[in-house]
Amino acid sequence: MTLAAATDLAAATNEHLANISNTLIYSAMAVYTLAFFAYIAEWLFGSRSKVGRTAAALTEAKKADAPAVAVNKAGGTAVLERPKVVVRSAAGQRDVPDGPGAHGGDEQGDLYGRIAISLTVLAFLVELGGVVARAASVERAPWGNMYEFNITFSTVAVGVYLALLALKKNVRWLGLPLITTVLLDLGLAVTVLYTASDQLVPALHSYWLYIHVSTAIFCGAVFYVGAVATIMYLFKDNYENKLATGGTPGRFANSVLDRLPSSASLDKFAYRVNAAVFPLWTFTIIAGAIWAGDAWGRYWGWDPKETWSFITWVAYAGYLHARATAGWKGRKAAYLALIAFGCWLFNYYGVNIFVSGKHSYAGV
Amino acid sequence: MSKTTTTGASPDAAPDDQDIGAAGSQLSTAPAEEAPNLPSLGVIGWARWFWRQLTSMRVALLLLLLLALGAIPGSLIPQTGVDATKVADFEKSHPTLAPIYDKLGLFHVYSSVWFSAIYILLFVSLIGCIVPRTWQFVGQLRSRPPRAPKRLTRLPAYTTWRTGAEPEQVHEAALALLKKRRFRAHLSGDAVAAEKGYLREVGNLAFHIALIVMLVAFAWGQLFKSEGNKLVVEGDGFSNTLSQYDDFKSGNLFHADDLVPFSFTLNKFTGTYETSGPNKGTPRLYQASVTYSEGAYGKDRKTLVKVNHPLEIGDAKVYLTAHGYAPMVTVRDGKGNVVYRDAAPMLPLDSNVTSTGVVKVFDGYKNAKGVSEQLGIQTFLLPTYVKGNEVASQFPALLNPVLNLTPYHGDLGVNSGIPQSVYQLDKRHMKGFKDSKGAQLRANLRPGETMKLPNGAGSVTYDGTKEWANFQVVQEPGGGWALAGALTAIFGLAASLFIQRRRVWVRAVKGADGVTVVEMAGLGRSESAKVPEELGDLAGVLYEQAPGAPDTAADPADPSHSADPHVVPAEGAEKK
Ligand code: HEM
Repeated sequence: MTLAAATDLAAATNEHLANISNTLIYSAMAVYTLAFFAYIAEWLFGSRSKVGRTAAALTEAKKADAPAVAVNKAGGTAVLERPKVVVRSAAGQRDVPDGPGAHGGDEQGDLYGRIAISLTVLAFLVELGGVVARAASVERAPWGNMYEFNITFSTVAVGVYLALLALKKNVRWLGLPLITTVLLDLGLAVTVLYTASDQLVPALHSYWLYIHVSTAIFCGAVFYVGAVATIMYLFKDNYENKLATGGTPGRFANSVLDRLPSSASLDKFAYRVNAAVFPLWTFTIIAGAIWAGDAWGRYWGWDPKETWSFITWVAYAGYLHARATAGWKGRKAAYLALIAFGCWLFNYYGVNIFVSGKHSYAGV
Repeated sequence: MSKTTTTGASPDAAPDDQDIGAAGSQLSTAPAEEAPNLPSLGVIGWARWFWRQLTSMRVALLLLLLLALGAIPGSLIPQTGVDATKVADFEKSHPTLAPIYDKLGLFHVYSSVWFSAIYILLFVSLIGCIVPRTWQFVGQLRSRPPRAPKRLTRLPAYTTWRTGAEPEQVHEAALALLKKRRFRAHLSGDAVAAEKGYLREVGNLAFHIALIVMLVAFAWGQLFKSEGNKLVVEGDGFSNTLSQYDDFKSGNLFHADDLVPFSFTLNKFTGTYETSGPNKGTPRLYQASVTYSEGAYGKDRKTLVKVNHPLEIGDAKVYLTAHGYAPMVTVRDGKGNVVYRDAAPMLPLDSNVTSTGVVKVFDGYKNAKGVSEQLGIQTFLLPTYVKGNEVASQFPALLNPVLNLTPYHGDLGVNSGIPQSVYQLDKRHMKGFKDSKGAQLRANLRPGETMKLPNGAGSVTYDGTKEWANFQVVQEPGGGWALAGALTAIFGLAASLFIQRRRVWVRAVKGADGVTVVEMAGLGRSESAKVPEELGDLAGVLYEQAPGAPDTAADPADPSHSADPHVVPAEGAEKK
């Protein structure tokens, strides 16, 4: 489809804004591409270091079984100093230190990593501009069709990543997988899903729409971050298992996985992320039900979109239960988390494309 | 360093771990997982075993997954409750598969036996889970936090220092500090035991109870629900009684007296459409202006009913669900007497509201010979007629309406007792009027124009066009409960996920050298960076009240003589 589908004179300013939006989205894609290469460079330069921290920790660990305690010998001097707190893993957990990150401690790698993050910030701002221009051009929130949904979704996902970085969370490793998929998402948006700017059909005029869809997008973005962390956890856990049982992982695995945080950290991160948005996801579904009550006269009617939101919700609830159930922690729970995210994805793409229901508006 | 394993490796580990286990006991009310070993105790044994299984976390998880799986087919296979015509289409195109699906209830998954079985089991499990957990929680609230384990060093967060203060002073200061931080704290033996975060359990129980409330409210709503449709032409009215509905569905326990008494008149329907661009013709605004009154003698009030904005009267909600056109037609007999003058609603066929319908004249009409007959006029309305396209409207609004009429006379067949569609003409006993060439008479009329029936049989006039709107009136009690349950669920969930339940112990004893050794340890329900952070914070405050004593050469109280290189000081532990 072409950019200039709407040719109405009265809508000329909106048309202009829509074009600006498109230009910004394409520019954002260009900057994301640069960021992508910078992340790659970070990983490449990082591979020069041979840290092998995981292996060291896992082999060394077997030697002693004294309690891991360090005591701060406060006093000594008269300086008033706080006692140090010693942290220790619960029984049965591997105590593997977190990897150094993609740059692997390499200065040049780190520099590329920082460049990549700066570029990501830039691209994020440009994309955000594109989304805002789009919203201005259609004079409503930018989520009336799947094109808009996609560009908003990727913006929010990158925003979540940057926010976590700003909060000094250990998430730099997320950069490459995230930006790769953001590029895919945007590519899909501008080619397959593009829809010329347009207003909403009456059924979409409701403030519940704003609440429902904005939280849905946000939840999706956070669930996505959780899913990436879960996948990384599975790889890293596999790697640690192999090392712990005396196996020798391949060189690529060694180089890449050793730089990631430990499987325990990844697992914890994934759990936190998923658990933190689960209440919001619950709220999203309820807001949707209230809107459905206003729009269609029933708050729950097993429409495909509703059904898949429910399935997603139940799957994540299952995941949270699994974490509390002996024998389901770790990998099994991780698979459940991935299945749950798969349900979310299907709800987002699959239901719009393969299943027809009340939620199909405005083209796709 | 105890890295890979911390359990069972050293001979003294076992009693130690029991000790730790006791310290962490009852930090949640989650049922303990037990291996499903089979009972040997007859019927009661089996029943108990079955109940235990049903209320275990493992089975709850399994049922949750089953529920998710079970919901899938309903979203992929057409459902009678959602779209009955699609089901019929499916049955036609899959003659072998459809009967099997039908047997399995796959055309009404969410009311099928097996789906119900899953969620009923889940909710029995839920109740069976909540009741004991609530008691257990009440018990925990009434008892005190468990005493400190012997070796605090084995807990996830630990700190220690030597101080000049007396152990009693330290205990007192610790009690005061912990209570100020809203821990439940008490002195037990040589250590203060404290616990905080009970709201987590409250939230978790509230969430699970709210799930039950929601389900009950939903079921209640289904049982007492009523839902009816009424098509109203501009100027006409409706009053909320069963006989007035075009169609009506209700739950098993609904009673006709439950209908909220009200009435309304449709003054005007307004529809606006995108006039240009790629989405030309897309609806922009639908609204119905109505005058309504509550009860039998209520005051008249005016309001707008829009998509997304139902009119709410008591428990009833009036939704605007569809609209269309109703051409006003006047039919005269051969003598010029008006035998019919009405607006006949027509059924929209496409998004540009090309509409079809029938004008039926049941009585009063006499043909040219003076014999009573019935008339049926098949009609076809193009709200926007564009020359060259005779079969379909080009825009949904009434820009250039043309009414196509095809008149028949004879017997409409309404006396046969079979209900008829108002939009269809049963032509078995009808004959078409013929034009001068002997072909079926047809005419395209613009508003105000008249078509003469042949041989003095009368005339048909197209006077103009009204709009009709379809209203759906829904009463579904229990919505308030469902909403309350939903909100409780969210807050309970948030409390249960974001509040950490944790314990802190502070032990102060005199060492062999007469210097007091303070040990503090923290334990959370799950591992969290917050626990050591908080412990560091507490230790910092306590340290100011019981400052470090000068170090003696050796440190006998120090249980470990080497600093662990991998030990991470918790964030915040060294602040200030
Ligand atoms: C309708 C089905 C259910 C849903 C949607 C559901 C959902 C959830 C969710 C989302 C959590 C996470 C909150 C948290 O970790 O504190 C949770 C926790 C929990 N659920 Fe359920 N639940 C259901 C049924 C049950 C049943 C039948 C049981 C009893 C076996 C149960 C026992 C628990 C327990 C003990 C926890 C707390 C786990 C912990 O302490 O970490 N739930 N549930």
